[in-house]
Amino acid sequence: MKVLTLKLLRDLWRLRSQSLAISIVIASGIATYIMSVSTLNALQRTRAAVYTEYRFSDIFTSLKRAPERELQRIKAIPGVKDAESRVIASVRMQVAGFSDPVIGKLVSIPSNSDPVMNALYMRKGRRPEPGKEEVLLSEPFANAHQLQPGDHITAIINGHRESLRISGIALSPEYIYNLGPGAMFPDDKRFGILWMDRHILATAYDMDGAFNDVVLKLDNSVNPKQVMENLDRLLDKYGGAGAYPRKDQQSHHFLNQEFRGLETMAILFPVIFLGVAAFLLNVVMTRLINTEREQIAVFKAFGYSNFRVALHYLWLVMIITAMGVTAGLLLGYWLGNGLGNLYMNFFHFPYLDYRLDISTVLIAFVISFIAAITGTLHAVYRAASLPPAEAMHPEPPASYHESLFERTGIKRFLSQPTRMILRHMGRKPVKTGFTVLGIAMAGAIVMLGNFQGDAIDYMLHVQFNLAQREDLTVTFTQPTSRKAQYELASLPGVAYAEPFRYAPVRLHFRQQHRRTTLQGFESHSDLHRVLNTQLQPFTLPSRGIVLNDYLAQLLGARTGDRVTVEILSGRRPKLEVEVIAIVEEMLGIPAYMHLDALNRLLGEGDAIDGVFLDIDQQQQDKIYRELRDMPGVAGITIKEAAVQSAHDTMGDTILIFTFINTLLATGIAFGVIYNSVRIAYSERSRELASLRVLGFRHSEVAYILLGELAFLTLIAIPPGFMIGKLLCSIIATEMASDLYRIPLIIEPASYGFSATVVLVSAIISSLIIWQKLKRLDLVTALKTRE
Amino acid sequence: MQNETVFEAYGLTRTYQVGDTEVQALRGIDLKLYRKELVVLLGASGSGKSTLLNILGGLDLPTYGQVMYAGNDLVKASERELTAYRRYHVGFVFQFYNLIPSLTARENVAVVTEIARNPMTPEEALGIVHLTDRMDHFPAQLSGGEQQRVAIARAIAKRPAVLLCDEPTGALDSNTGIIVLQALERVNLELGTTTVVITHNAVIGSMADRIIHLSDGRIISIKKMPVELRRRI
Repeated sequence: MKVLTLKLLRDLWRLRSQSLAISIVIASGIATYIMSVSTLNALQRTRAAVYTEYRFSDIFTSLKRAPERELQRIKAIPGVKDAESRVIASVRMQVAGFSDPVIGKLVSIPSNSDPVMNALYMRKGRRPEPGKEEVLLSEPFANAHQLQPGDHITAIINGHRESLRISGIALSPEYIYNLGPGAMFPDDKRFGILWMDRHILATAYDMDGAFNDVVLKLDNSVNPKQVMENLDRLLDKYGGAGAYPRKDQQSHHFLNQEFRGLETMAILFPVIFLGVAAFLLNVVMTRLINTEREQIAVFKAFGYSNFRVALHYLWLVMIITAMGVTAGLLLGYWLGNGLGNLYMNFFHFPYLDYRLDISTVLIAFVISFIAAITGTLHAVYRAASLPPAEAMHPEPPASYHESLFERTGIKRFLSQPTRMILRHMGRKPVKTGFTVLGIAMAGAIVMLGNFQGDAIDYMLHVQFNLAQREDLTVTFTQPTSRKAQYELASLPGVAYAEPFRYAPVRLHFRQQHRRTTLQGFESHSDLHRVLNTQLQPFTLPSRGIVLNDYLAQLLGARTGDRVTVEILSGRRPKLEVEVIAIVEEMLGIPAYMHLDALNRLLGEGDAIDGVFLDIDQQQQDKIYRELRDMPGVAGITIKEAAVQSAHDTMGDTILIFTFINTLLATGIAFGVIYNSVRIAYSERSRELASLRVLGFRHSEVAYILLGELAFLTLIAIPPGFMIGKLLCSIIATEMASDLYRIPLIIEPASYGFSATVVLVSAIISSLIIWQKLKRLDLVTALKTRE
Repeated sequence: MQNETVFEAYGLTRTYQVGDTEVQALRGIDLKLYRKELVVLLGASGSGKSTLLNILGGLDLPTYGQVMYAGNDLVKASERELTAYRRYHVGFVFQFYNLIPSLTARENVAVVTEIARNPMTPEEALGIVHLTDRMDHFPAQLSGGEQQRVAIARAIAKRPAVLLCDEPTGALDSNTGIIVLQALERVNLELGTTTVVITHNAVIGSMADRIIHLSDGRIISIKKMPVELRRRI
């Protein structure tokens, strides 16, 4: 073995604890990167594969009722590769042993063949037999109620209670992400998809020889906009609700939002982690090379080239880096696989195509080595370019100055050890600054982990405690007269009822347009409220439209602008309305109008689509039963359940991801702090040994080193909070979507947790150094020169 | 003079384990040191001088033997007691000065006076080594000789019972070395501090009360210098 190789191995062994700390930081960074990217890739790859394999449609639309022959005309629209008509209906259901109201979406499948599009992945059982009252259940719904093929469920189909036999359990590319009507988050217990034989379904809903839903597959390189316009024109007289492309399809859109969130984190976290790792490598290498000055001189005196010497030290860095990357790859693969499986279950993919791409692995290595090498190059360059004669001289004593702080006259109150601390920090302000920055970054990442939890809690609090204060939302099958409101209000156990009117709309402003729901409430609405920026109830004016701030931003509309409201139901009127106000909200992109104004706009008389109820919780089951038996009731949403499903949804996705990152951030916090104190220990052990010889106690010597650490740690905490808040705002901005906007809310407890992680890391590092100081070799320290 | 004993050492043996071999640094040393005397330790490299000095200073413990300081056995002292011993009774001067680079000359002395009982002021101590005018300089701004004189001031400021110097002039040129030795002699005469000096510097031999010669871990001669032969330097 070559001598330099031997030296390399021994250096590594000598620096093992520091190398380990650096490797942990790199491994954390790489693990985050691999975990995020591989999960993201797996999900995207799986989705793409599922879409192709199961022929996911390109264009979707629903309508009131059109004769089947219209399908031929749709197929004839230029650019349409294929079209499939369907019958879709919403049903109330009953599941044995579950008293809450359940809504199902019945989707027809061809009687004697596979669906042309949106084919089903059969998980269990078989397809319904033609002509039989059998259904296929969506897997999440089946799982939520532990239903198996052969079981029965009850559905109220067109007013009749029917017992349906479950023939199988399936998944569809169309319903990867399942949302019930009006729901913000999936609730698999209260909403499910059921596939049924087309003939049976059509007969039950008076749709024989007709359809109310159509999906298209387009030729490649066709402008979908043109096709949608043609389709809308064709279906106009059949009550078409407006065609929309795949990107607006609910499940697909939600997946996109989720993927975008993952993507943000897949970039942000590794960048921070690797940046901190590069900084650490730089500090450690600079120090190491300072202590190696004489050895480098000797090597060079014997004729080793600059290149050879530089290479020697680069090898050291690369080995440390390679260890970190390898550990990070393994950890990241393991975490990514786990996370991917979680997502697979959450999104209901039939399978997950998880693998680690060579390119991802290569990028991990390249990123790390670039970070490590740029971090080290400067120090190595100094080592290699030192003239041997100069390098063989011991370094002159470091020059120090009184710190600025002391010059204020406070000096006479400071002990000598305290002055040492201040001057040592003041001598290399850049290095001190970077140490503080490193610790601050670690604290900041820890904050990121908690932030999303805090923000979600706040968001749900505002949404469900301040805005949606109703216990139940009852939706009617069709617009109904106000009488229904009084009828429901008079049910035993109902304290109060409030009406609402919802209309699917497309809002246009200049070049922009968005599909959303226009919600009409009464101006004195007390249960379901629109809130202003101060979270105070906002009174809806009797005219004009009120836009949610994110919707206004998407449209580019401001107060006073006139937006075009295109109603997508009924007579489909299109009118210009003035924007009266913009309200700030975190969920969805609704627009609001006064109930009466909306009714005027719709031109269908004084109607309501449902009511919000305030009920006596003691009597809820009784009320559910009453409502279930009312023919005009399409669905019932329980707020408690909505809160729960929101928690579950966010808990399953974002929070698990950030929990893992918090753990890794803790590793970073420790890596940074341990390294800075360990380096300080190496640099100053001789000085400290001298003081020990002069009669300083162990604790007094420890004060000089650990006092500095304590000081640096404490001053790093406030900037850590600031950087943390900045990172949180980046996350909040990047993840904002029309589903939800994460508010920049950071609870005091999160600040506290971040500070605690930093302080605990400092305390553990201090304890290690405390032990090391006990073993300080006094005699050697005196015999060696600087 | 020379009747009051400061140190009494009996049968001092020190063995080091270096890899697989045992190194005998000291092989049974008996020695007494008296108040106010200036003793020079001579000997080749590896003769055991530094080991002896380190044991007297409470920096190292003998494998066998006994070291009595003012009636206390240093061998039986705890880590805490050894720290207190160094803190209150011993002054050290090292070959490489071991000043704290971040503290000025005055503050380097104050490092000790702040923790000692009944110390002199840093200014007083620096006055004895003639450095009053360089008090507010940092080590980087002082010459080697000046740095060593600061180290001496630092060592004596606590009014130690004994001053231990390990090759104090080893890193200095001969002229500067003489200035440092003069400072040591002055301390010995004016304060009456028992002083033990390891040196190769011939000049100091002439100012010692006794010259102890070590070889291979044993004392091979103790030369007592009659007062009339001693030369002022």
